[in-house]
Amino acid sequence: MFKIAKYVVYDILRSKVLIAYTVFLLGISLSLFSLEEDASKSIVSLMSVVMIIVPLVSIVFSTTYFYNAYEFIELLVAQPLSRTTILLGKFTGVAFSMLTAFFIGVGVPVLIYSPNATGFVLLQSGIGLSLVFISLAFFSSVATRDKAKGIGLSLMLWFFFSVIYDAIILGVLFAFSDYPLEKAVIALASLNPIDLGRIMILMKLDISALMGFTGAVYKKFFGTGFGFFYTTGIMLLWIVVPQLVSLRIFRKKNL
Amino acid sequence: MRLFVFLFASVILTGIIQGKTTVVCPDCPVNNFMRAAFIAAPHDTIIVKSGTYPSINSIITKPMTIIGENYPVIDGRGRDEVILVYSDSVTISGLHVRNSNRGSMKDYAGIRVFQSKQVSILNCKLENVFFGIYLSDSKQVLVKGNHSKGANYGKSDTGNGIHLWKCDSVTVLDNYMEGHRDGIYFEFAKHCHIEKNLAEKNYRYGLHFMFSDDDTYVNNTFRNNGTGVAVMYTKRVNMFNNVFENNWGDAAYGLLLKDIGNSVIEGNVFRNNTIGVTMEGSSRMRFENNDFTRNGYGLRIWANCTQDTFVHNNFSGNTFDASTNGQLQQNIFNYNYWDKYTGYDLDRDKIGDIPYKPVSLYSMLIEQMPYAVMLLRSFMVDLLDKAEKNIPSITPEAFEDKFPLMNMIKR
Amino acid sequence: MIRTENLEKSFGKLHVLKGVSTSFEAGQVVSVIGPNGSGKTTLIKCILGMVVADKGSIFFDGKNIGRDFQYRNNIGYMPQIGRYPANMKIGQLFSMMKDLRKAVTNTDNELIKEYALEAMFDKPMHTLSGGTTQKVSAALAFLFNPKVLILDEPTAGLDPLASEILKAKILKAKEEGRLVIITSHIMSEVEEMADKILYLFEGSINFYKTVSELKTETGEERLGKAIAKIMKERMHV
Repeated sequence: MFKIAKYVVYDILRSKVLIAYTVFLLGISLSLFSLEEDASKSIVSLMSVVMIIVPLVSIVFSTTYFYNAYEFIELLVAQPLSRTTILLGKFTGVAFSMLTAFFIGVGVPVLIYSPNATGFVLLQSGIGLSLVFISLAFFSSVATRDKAKGIGLSLMLWFFFSVIYDAIILGVLFAFSDYPLEKAVIALASLNPIDLGRIMILMKLDISALMGFTGAVYKKFFGTGFGFFYTTGIMLLWIVVPQLVSLRIFRKKNL
Repeated sequence: MRLFVFLFASVILTGIIQGKTTVVCPDCPVNNFMRAAFIAAPHDTIIVKSGTYPSINSIITKPMTIIGENYPVIDGRGRDEVILVYSDSVTISGLHVRNSNRGSMKDYAGIRVFQSKQVSILNCKLENVFFGIYLSDSKQVLVKGNHSKGANYGKSDTGNGIHLWKCDSVTVLDNYMEGHRDGIYFEFAKHCHIEKNLAEKNYRYGLHFMFSDDDTYVNNTFRNNGTGVAVMYTKRVNMFNNVFENNWGDAAYGLLLKDIGNSVIEGNVFRNNTIGVTMEGSSRMRFENNDFTRNGYGLRIWANCTQDTFVHNNFSGNTFDASTNGQLQQNIFNYNYWDKYTGYDLDRDKIGDIPYKPVSLYSMLIEQMPYAVMLLRSFMVDLLDKAEKNIPSITPEAFEDKFPLMNMIKR
Repeated sequence: MIRTENLEKSFGKLHVLKGVSTSFEAGQVVSVIGPNGSGKTTLIKCILGMVVADKGSIFFDGKNIGRDFQYRNNIGYMPQIGRYPANMKIGQLFSMMKDLRKAVTNTDNELIKEYALEAMFDKPMHTLSGGTTQKVSAALAFLFNPKVLILDEPTAGLDPLASEILKAKILKAKEEGRLVIITSHIMSEVEEMADKILYLFEGSINFYKTVSELKTETGEERLGKAIAKIMKERMHV
């Protein structure tokens, strides 16, 4: 598995897209940190990047890579290797490459300019979201037969989790605004990895605003040790479950 | 104010010169503080050496000066009040007053001043007292350099640090209040001057006043109190260069203004509060040169506030710069700095060419649906806000700064 | 050596294999032929495990392959169009394949030498011509001395010289007692190498006979004609 991962990494690290992604992230991070004297404000701006760009690039790049490296998979499948090994090797390789890009592009600047709890949670969310969306990319790659459909499905998943899902939450809140909804909202929000990552950062960042009104309820839930394990656990599920589904499909997939 | 100080000083001096001096110490002929206060003649001076002296309702009925050396302990033993001043021209300094009674039947105080004039309470320590210094019906009192720590019983069972009721011309200077219900509490206290005090970790408010017109607050710090500072039903208040910070919690704020009119809030710092300033029914206020920094909401201004002016304030690092609860907006915002302003300055006069709207659609949504706070900083909310900025439909259109500054005002 | 029992496979509505039962023995060259879409590639891919059959089983040396993958240690596969990681160089490809199959120590580098691939070890795969890519595929198929070779249209795209080298290699493998399964459209080539012909038609085995049987049955000297004759007869029946 790690052997396959090694060759995947070797292959990806020379791809121009990944280098562009790294440079892009690094450029944004450095300019945000250097333009703003208050590092916590830069973290806020960086957060939007991490919540939107990182999932988008992770899912689109991984899907594209999966299809571009289809021949590589074909080659491997005819070798004495189990399909599980092949897919997990691929995932490990892609994940390692994407996380390297994220670490250089966002991790290093954050560790230099803002090495505090907020910074670490930002990195944690970024890493989590990268993995979740690579996992989802693998799902859409094995679930579809051609590249265009795969990328289409990936884009839809991304759009769903970053915009539509929140719109649905807002709609639910609007429709049932007379009811006590805090538990429902916690449940709804924790089913979306992007919301989850965002909330993890909010707990560190906007603590004062969240404390007011109903924010206190959320703080009580997500701000505790239990909340931390809960969010981490759900995030892990979001990485593992799509991957397991992908494995199931991939084991029977005709190449 | 200087005149008062001069008056007080001369009172003290005359006391020392005219009266006789009694020394109280554990081995002295007079070793009982209560008795010393009782037998003293007008304008006498009592010097209390270090030691512990029981004092249950020690009543001072004549003008006199009581000086503690090395903080002698005046102990109320939890029975009733500790020292009661019922006379004009009394000065008490350097005592360590502790253990008043507590309870809901009566406002037990460490030092109570009642219907007196020209009294000074200086450099005393108050500990484990229900109320610290309690002034009622008094005038021209100086409360300076005292340090009061409330009995640690919790919110419902604690009195106030410095409590004024129906007073006039009181100066409260350089005091420290901690662990009380309210750090400083004024009701019907007029023409007072409050300067350089620090109130922190009180269960309810750092400062709380009602019906206390014409007071001036300068250089005070109110920090980390249960719900911040609340001021109500008052006119002509001046608040200069105070710091309101770290008031976090459900419905906590730096400063709550409720039915305040014709007042000036200038040069203050509102930092790290859930809400920097929240205003209800307050009119003809002038906010100038204040810093609203890293609050959840910088400013929460109800639609029933009118004719308020906000000039030359800095708003930076707040989650929301401002929010309101209605469409109506009759206040003036000019020449403030808003770090969220994204406009341009083509004529390079350091004033943005397009107005800034501090109220976002999302902050209005939260007013309606508080649970939606969960969507803070989500992509969708950003999209909604951007759309609303371009085509305002829900946010009050008049709520804008026509001349937003491009750069933060340096202080 | 390889036996299939009742292999069925559909892609959606398309029924590609309709119960294919056959066996392939060592020391033979078997040519799988048939019109386009008859299921040749699907059959090969089923044996390789690249396509999972809907029904039926495949036995390798008497063992049902099921979910097993170790049996592929004994198979060398040359795809019709070899597609490889674009950024990888030829040399890296070979060392990677060796790395992935660490168990094999004595590799067969004959084709690498004869195709002079070593001189191009620094060239990335995406710069190679179709022919060179096929040479690489062929060399990879033989690299690990497999007991079974599965070659999908092996000479398509190869220049005559390279084709001859490959044919010689295939015959040599047969001499060594290995099984070689080839799909091909070029009848002369099939005639040159094949011992047996497996004719697939619309997902079923039309016939599976040795070359000499075919020739005697039809009385034709040339294989192409022999097959054409059989097909015609069957159509009329």
